[in-house]
Amino acid sequence: MSRNPYVRPVSTTTWYMRNGRYKVYVMRELTSFLVMFYSFLTLFGLAALAASAERWNDFLASQQNTGMLVFHTLALLYFMFYQTFPWFKLAPKAMPIHLGEKKLPDSFIIIGHYVAWVLVSAFIFWLAGVI
Amino acid sequence: MGTRKLELEVMRYDPEKDKEPWFQTYTVPCNEDWVILDAINYVKDNLDTTLAYRWSCHMMVCGSCGMMVNGEPSLTCKTFIRELPDKVRIEPLENFPIERDLVVVLDDVMQKLHQVQPYIIRKDPPPAEDQEYIQSRGKLAIFKQLTMCINCMCCYAACPQYSLNPNFIGPAALALAHRYNRDSRDQGKSDRLDILADHDGVWDCSFVGACSEVCPKHVDPAAAIQQMKVDGAVEFWKQKMGIPGDKS
Repeated sequence: MSRNPYVRPVSTTTWYMRNGRYKVYVMRELTSFLVMFYSFLTLFGLAALAASAERWNDFLASQQNTGMLVFHTLALLYFMFYQTFPWFKLAPKAMPIHLGEKKLPDSFIIIGHYVAWVLVSAFIFWLAGVI
Repeated sequence: MGTRKLELEVMRYDPEKDKEPWFQTYTVPCNEDWVILDAINYVKDNLDTTLAYRWSCHMMVCGSCGMMVNGEPSLTCKTFIRELPDKVRIEPLENFPIERDLVVVLDDVMQKLHQVQPYIIRKDPPPAEDQEYIQSRGKLAIFKQLTMCINCMCCYAACPQYSLNPNFIGPAALALAHRYNRDSRDQGKSDRLDILADHDGVWDCSFVGACSEVCPKHVDPAAAIQQMKVDGAVEFWKQKMGIPGDKS
């Protein structure tokens, strides 16, 4: 008897097509492109703000056409469904809270995140003068 | 016996004859309350004695019978045929070399389990000979879930990081390390830090979460790894700010 173990090949380019779980994961990771895009957008905005009132108003105007509004809406939805909601769902795993022998129910931590999200969003809207 | 005919497509590999694995189909008359392991045992007992696979307890304790069932890492003693279609594909656990048929080579994870020093390490002198380490039930509750692991290695078969980087310590071994790090009797956290905080340790996990979804004992290794990342980050900043870490 001789040993001759067979190693199954793994594709480094298409591995995520193997099952639905991996596909959802890759969709989540692809949100990093949006993060990159929004980082640049914020930098452009800040540069415009620092330059002059005119440049700032131009920047605001450039974001208010239909195409950009559709893009921002789709990006927000994509980010919420593949980043915010999954991460909030996973949060109790990373930060379990034990109270003696009992564990704080996951729902408490998840709801806490949503409450914090709403409060922070409200604060930003208030800062921006929307509410 | 035999109320339902199951078509079992089983991956075969004979290291002395085959260049690569191939599939053999067996038609198995099953009872509706059977698990997949029963169907495989039927093949072995009645249809083909050459089929090689591991099993022992048939009750979710030994962790030997982990296989891919229709592409999903599963304990075959826990996978009921009534939840499956009439055609079932059985393969050896993914991400491991195939020794023969459904038997995989586990040397790599055995070494990794050993590497994380999965035992109580003490810096303080042990209690007197006639005494025990005292632990409250609350302190036990913190890590008890992690002690449920039976080393079936379904988590490694589910982990895409391990499939792409075999140096990754991986879910079960990291969960085991966390089990000891969270044990109030243990003082070996700093001893384990070098391995766990290394590139192939917790930071190689990108939280796909597949390990926890397939774990038949609900150990939740993905959660353990994220908690270790939090612990590692806290430790890093403590060191940066000159705050002494905990005793261990």
